[in-house]
Amino acid sequence: MLEKADQIFVLLLHWLVGFLPAGWQHGAGVVLCVATIVLLYPALFAIAVLLERKGLGRMQNRYGPNRVGLFGILQPVADGIKSLTKEDIVPYKADALVHFMAPLVLVVAVFMGFAVMPMGRNMVLVDMDASLLFFFAMGASTELSIFMAGWSSRNKYSLLGAMRAMAQMISYEVPLLLSSVVIVMMTGSLSLVKIVEAQNHYSWGLPHWYVFTPWGFAGFVMFVIASMAETNRSPFDLPEGESEIVAGYFTEYSGFKFALFFLGEYVGMFGISGLGATLFLGGWSAPFAFLSWVPSWIWFFAKVMAWICFFIWVRGTLPRLRQDQLMNFAWKFVLPMTLVNLMVAALWRFMGEGLLRWVVCSAIVVVVYAVMGRVEMRRGRLGPRSYRYAE
Amino acid sequence: MLGEGILKGLAETARNFAGSYVSRERLTTVQYPEERVAPIEAARVFPFLVYDGADWEAGLRCVACQICEKECPPKCIYIEKSKDKKPDYVGKLQIYPARFDIDVSVCMSCQICVEVCPFEAIKMDTEFELATDNRFGGLLHDRKQLAKSNEYFHTIHPTEASEVDARLAEEKAKVEAKAKAAAEAAAAKAAAGAAPAATPGDKPAGGGE
Repeated sequence: MLEKADQIFVLLLHWLVGFLPAGWQHGAGVVLCVATIVLLYPALFAIAVLLERKGLGRMQNRYGPNRVGLFGILQPVADGIKSLTKEDIVPYKADALVHFMAPLVLVVAVFMGFAVMPMGRNMVLVDMDASLLFFFAMGASTELSIFMAGWSSRNKYSLLGAMRAMAQMISYEVPLLLSSVVIVMMTGSLSLVKIVEAQNHYSWGLPHWYVFTPWGFAGFVMFVIASMAETNRSPFDLPEGESEIVAGYFTEYSGFKFALFFLGEYVGMFGISGLGATLFLGGWSAPFAFLSWVPSWIWFFAKVMAWICFFIWVRGTLPRLRQDQLMNFAWKFVLPMTLVNLMVAALWRFMGEGLLRWVVCSAIVVVVYAVMGRVEMRRGRLGPRSYRYAE
Repeated sequence: MLGEGILKGLAETARNFAGSYVSRERLTTVQYPEERVAPIEAARVFPFLVYDGADWEAGLRCVACQICEKECPPKCIYIEKSKDKKPDYVGKLQIYPARFDIDVSVCMSCQICVEVCPFEAIKMDTEFELATDNRFGGLLHDRKQLAKSNEYFHTIHPTEASEVDARLAEEKAKVEAKAKAAAEAAAAKAAAGAAPAATPGDKPAGGGE
């Protein structure tokens, strides 16, 4: 019975395509899976937006939306209707085709990443050998759509936002990749399915998730930071800094195109959270051995939502970085840390089993972090900054 | 160590998040249509015309002198003088506004009309729910909509209304005393016999200093 609950979507798919002639079954199955993904994530997007608005409100001692429906739960529906009924304005001088294509390219690119994401046991659309690489390739192509949006709008704020987005996303792409490379080094595979399987075993009831190792934890922290920057989340939301450049690259978008950008951003967040959960938090595996009976897909989505909640929490806490702080942080702190982490992972691999490697690897990670943090803070690159003329 | 501040900040927001569910004092939001804060006395939104007594038309203090119309910076006041006259609060005959319109959408709540009015006839209201679904007629308030009683003025701006009342009473007493003195003088002169009584002309009533 529990086995069936775990595989319910897989069985449902097989049952549904069973009605079709044999030659059509594979194609119909793929179409059905894609349709499910394309419908599921916008639904999660609605939930995440509501969570974000209510959660941020509570962090600022406000109520948040509480008018539409019971406790405001229908707020996303109202938002959706609003954005659908708004006028779609294209600037007179804009490059209309590129302006139109940009949100579509973004949404397509972010949805492509889910093709290789294992969302439960046997629940992966394409089990590719290089799925991690595929995901990063798709994630990087969102930059294209952002630049398309910024350039085609013919607006200085759009262009400034797009330039900032480029600089930021390219800078943080590097630590994002390097922090995931340790996982590949340990698993010996680029396949996300294999990466989850490698973490899905337990000793004394506790899982072997990569986050519970020194190099995994360091990689996890760096991955979280880089993923926030990749998805343009606060405190790295310079490309859309409202107080500085209106709305950044989507200043000139209104109505449903704006909603598509919004959707693309959130689905991108789900994608990167799903990837992070897969790489470091054991994907769909249960956090304790005695909870393994809970269907695997519940664990996957619970981890994604927990990750989103953490993003919201950080957004409610931290102010926006300045461009030079952002760059200093990426190139002078996160990148060296990930490089050190690669060394630590290699050391871990070749030290063999035992307590010694735990002590040595943890010590290296902590010491490097502390020393680099101190040096950077003392040089004034990180931490509070004094202004020569403004004070 | 690097990152300590971030952890502290996260703890603070978490405390706010949890605390907002526990203690209601944290939530400063007033849920407007259901809950309202009492309007503060110094609040001013839109002018209204004060009237004394029960009948708004008879009791309007405005004498259609058109100073406010001329002084209004965005020119949102429109006044038409009456042909006939009616007695004001001291009993002197004055003209009155046959039309007195203020456009809500133009008024900028500057209170200059109130400051220039020598008759204490126009004051600022605290009523702020002036939205309407008719953007032409609905936003143009005529003198009937603008007329509000002196009692209402006392409820919204008690201090100012008492001062105004005291001042008007003083003026009225002065005028009455003068009239009485003039009458006495006239009577004395008439008693004395000859010359025609030189009645001192009434000063404009309530010339507020």
